[in-house]
Amino acid sequence: MNKKIFTEPLFNGNPITVLVLGICSALAVTTKLEPAIVMAISVTVVTGFSSFIISLIRNTIPNRIRIIVQLVVVAMLVILVDQILKAYSYEVSKQLSVFVGLIITNCIIMGRIEAFALGNKPFPSLIDGLANGFGYGIILVVVAFVREFLGSGTLYGIQIIPLNWYLKNGGFYENNGLMILPPMALILIGLIIWVQRSISKDLIEKQ
Amino acid sequence: MDTNKNLYTVIYSTILVVVVAVVLALASYLLKDKQERNIEIETKQMVLKSVHLGTEAATAADKAKYIEDLYSKYIKDTSIQEGDITLQLYICTLDSKEKLYILPVHGTGLWGPIWGYIAMKNDFNTIFGATLDHKGETPGLGAEINTPEFCKQFEGKQIFENGKFVSILVVKGGADPKAVNQIDAISGGTITSKAVEAMLQSNLTEYLSFFKANLNKAVPVDEVSAVSDSTVTAGADSTKAALTTPIK
Repeated sequence: MNKKIFTEPLFNGNPITVLVLGICSALAVTTKLEPAIVMAISVTVVTGFSSFIISLIRNTIPNRIRIIVQLVVVAMLVILVDQILKAYSYEVSKQLSVFVGLIITNCIIMGRIEAFALGNKPFPSLIDGLANGFGYGIILVVVAFVREFLGSGTLYGIQIIPLNWYLKNGGFYENNGLMILPPMALILIGLIIWVQRSISKDLIEKQ
Repeated sequence: MDTNKNLYTVIYSTILVVVVAVVLALASYLLKDKQERNIEIETKQMVLKSVHLGTEAATAADKAKYIEDLYSKYIKDTSIQEGDITLQLYICTLDSKEKLYILPVHGTGLWGPIWGYIAMKNDFNTIFGATLDHKGETPGLGAEINTPEFCKQFEGKQIFENGKFVSILVVKGGADPKAVNQIDAISGGTITSKAVEAMLQSNLTEYLSFFKANLNKAVPVDEVSAVSDSTVTAGADSTKAALTTPIK
């Protein structure tokens, strides 16, 4: 049971490519691998723990202020993540700037709390939250890998394309500037969805 | 228990908010020192960068120590009193004994504050280097002001032209390559580019009388007046001419 909760969001229930949640941050932080990985970890921590905490107190939450209670818990976790990044990973926190704060608006988090954590025990909720974070993270890393490699010629900040290949150094190669721009992230995610649907046919909607 | 009663809801939300507040206050208290230290190191790194020092910070084993060492070796913090305003000033003495004057600048960008450090050569006219940064300008557009490509444009530019203070103009559509005080604006980042221009204009103006006082100290008075009589067009001499005439 727990294994299924964990594997489902990674592929057939992937929050980005199947549920199409959390797209905005997937466009914004994927120009380089490093911020994408930090963002993926941050979102995973927040989805995991917010699902866990909400599930712990799910029977005590007054139904009328349910959403507000969820928001307060998520906001607290997001601020904690932001503060910790500022203290221990200052450079990355500067690169991610507003996007850490905007984790709170990531639909995956509230979506999983409403759909899963409110009706399940804490431990499965934690797994569900973490797995959805991972599912989100996988897509982020794949997109960031392609964008950084083709857009900047580097991976994780390390130069991969030999410098003497570049036109300005007398070579033949030029980075693809389009990769850096947000539309390319959307196109890449579209391509990933295409690949995924041709592998697993039951994701295709019946006409 | 009936969780839908008003009293329950009020008590529940009160407790929740208090618990969250305590957690956040605690986190802020515990992490404050480390965060402030990061900001301090970053500021020092920016000052060093404006005079092209500290370029190996990214690969240094202990970045904080590397920056601190360089900073204490080359940079002297000082301030100047201008009426009732205290102006911050950093003086850098390079290995070649050349003195550079680093002025902090602050302004408002499109979404939030922008700031930077401008290193002036001791003719108080030519810019040696500059670093800029921002809080939250649009990524890919206004945010480009902190890239080396943008900051490099300032090098060798002059803030006086024909003896008049003109600051640096950030020109949309491309700078005139012959102009000594123009740099290219960022495509799609016009408001931030104009904010940089306004920031330099207003911040550098505050230092004008300091430039004047220091130039006069370095150059005998009669020589200065001789310079202002003649028609020198650019360079340090025109600065002196400008600074000996009253600033409007």
